[in-house]
Amino acid sequence: MSFMDILALIIPAAIVSAAPLIFTALGGVFSERSGVVNIGLEGLMLFGAFTGAVTIYYGEQLGLGDASPWVSFIVAMIVGAMLASIHALASITLKADQVVSGVALNFLAAGLAIFLTKKIFNAGQTPVISERISKSNIPFLSDIPIIGKLFFSNAYLTSYVAVGVAFIVWYVLYKTPFGLRLRSVGEHPMAADTMGINVTKVRYIGVLLSGALAGLGGAVYVASISGNFTHSTITGQGFMALAAMIFGKWHPLGALGAALFFGLAQAISISGSHIPFLQDIPKVFLLIAPYVLTILALAGLVGRADAPKALGTPYEKGKR
Amino acid sequence: MQNKNKKLKLLVPLVSVFLGLLIGGIIMLLSGYPPIEAYIALFQGIVGDSYVIGETIRQMSPLILSGLAVAFAFRTGLFNIGVEGQLLVGWLAAVYVGVTVDAPAVLHIPLAILAAAVAGALWGAIPGILKARFKVHEVITTIMMNYIALYSTNEIIRSFLLAPGERTENVKESASLASPFLQSITQYSTLHYGIIVALVAAVIMWFLLWRTTMGYELRAVGFNQHASQYAGINVSKNIILSMAISGAFAGIAGSMEGLGTYQYMTINAAFTGVGFDGIAVALLGANSAIGVVLGAALFGGLKIGALNMQSIAGVPTELVGVVIALIIFFVACSYIVHWLMNRVSKGGKI
Repeated sequence: MSFMDILALIIPAAIVSAAPLIFTALGGVFSERSGVVNIGLEGLMLFGAFTGAVTIYYGEQLGLGDASPWVSFIVAMIVGAMLASIHALASITLKADQVVSGVALNFLAAGLAIFLTKKIFNAGQTPVISERISKSNIPFLSDIPIIGKLFFSNAYLTSYVAVGVAFIVWYVLYKTPFGLRLRSVGEHPMAADTMGINVTKVRYIGVLLSGALAGLGGAVYVASISGNFTHSTITGQGFMALAAMIFGKWHPLGALGAALFFGLAQAISISGSHIPFLQDIPKVFLLIAPYVLTILALAGLVGRADAPKALGTPYEKGKR
Repeated sequence: MQNKNKKLKLLVPLVSVFLGLLIGGIIMLLSGYPPIEAYIALFQGIVGDSYVIGETIRQMSPLILSGLAVAFAFRTGLFNIGVEGQLLVGWLAAVYVGVTVDAPAVLHIPLAILAAAVAGALWGAIPGILKARFKVHEVITTIMMNYIALYSTNEIIRSFLLAPGERTENVKESASLASPFLQSITQYSTLHYGIIVALVAAVIMWFLLWRTTMGYELRAVGFNQHASQYAGINVSKNIILSMAISGAFAGIAGSMEGLGTYQYMTINAAFTGVGFDGIAVALLGANSAIGVVLGAALFGGLKIGALNMQSIAGVPTELVGVVIALIIFFVACSYIVHWLMNRVSKGGKI
């Protein structure tokens, strides 16, 4: 097995497992940059996975064919935003503790998703879907020597959408008036308010966007990786996305990089037994490698990460 | 006013529980289940006979301890999502001592629990050190440490302690918390002496936080790190200490499973969930020792009662998860009620 073969095995796999994390982490960036902690990413992603699985299943029944995953992505985004509105209402309007509200959201989403699954399908899981997002080569780009084979062949379209969305989020946050408002509300809401920015409205938008993106992340996970929804479909991916966002220092491209890194590490641990110089290492070391590397990277290379200044504090007009 | 606040403190959770159950009932109604029948079954499933009471109390012990772990770190301003991992290493340490050491029960049980506490404390101290020394966000490191704990404990069992059935041997009788007496008075439920350990731990947490200099410093750091630093408190030391003590509670929670409920440790395909439930318990209990015990009772009761609710009224057990989530939401949103009451009682002045 040549070095190229190894790369061809790992890199596409890494991009595939990174995509759901990228979407969800970007959602986290929107919410936390506006000053609202979102521990609820896990629950939002979970409910997105449930919504995705159900929509794809019924989409197939209705004869939507291979369009059904794409329909499900839109539905999952809408449902995710709706679910996130509970978090927004509690933590922005009612000034509840944002961490508490996020944890409650996780429990709510997990309970409701399985409850509804049992109600609708009379079973602990949704039926396995047949219309997954299919793997494809990107025209032209996959013909580029070396790079084409590694990055543009045999991969899910959703992965490229994820990377594209990361750049869009970066553009929105750093190059548009809305992005400036969102960031200012997260850093210094009172100053923003003085300048005539509606703090409550901007924070609502931030949280709803995070719900939509996390829902999308969950649906993409179902459509590309798991194929159905069970109680163990989403166990911790949302927390990983949260970690990717913090690892990426609350920056969209940082979050993208961190999510890709997690994906790469995961791909190595899954296909490590096929790779010559990794074969002899006990499997457990490959399994824990992504997490150990993350900790080491944070301690040694990346250094301290500063959260948005107003993160976690509800804004009260006129309070000094 | 002091009195009013105390009343409110008690009233808010009660109203929240009521509202949570009410909305849970509406959800059942909308999805075609009989709510009243279900709630009667739920209630009977918690206190209906001595068997379910035994099960509820048994369910409480790890929940109390994981709730204490989360609450203790919260008091120092740290969010310990890593209780799950600390629980797993504690579970393994307790079972390891339980299987390999020979000692009379008076020594063996405390030794096994101590091992669990030390293992959990070390596992918790690592994120503490990283936070204190390198300013790494404890939320990420504790999440990462969870996964490391899950895969490492599985591998250690597989390599050194494997018995038929993807699990370890049973712990020796001298290390077991199982109690034939408690079982016999509860129609042979799985109740064990762990609840005593959990309640003692709750008292210890209260004592540490409110009756010692160390606790004062820990809480001071939680309120305001900069002020504490200025007052001469060593913030780094307290962050590490807080995470270690939090981890110790979590480790002991693991020993409840290892020495009490299961008597062994399985190779876990996924997280147990007890650590994450601890976050909810701590939040329900407003991070106080007595609150955590009550929160664990509510949480544990609902979880056990849900089984009866499913078998009698056919309602999926997950409804209870929804109800718990709603209760937490209402408790969280009640802060606005507190704020309003304060404002009114101060006569409109801020």
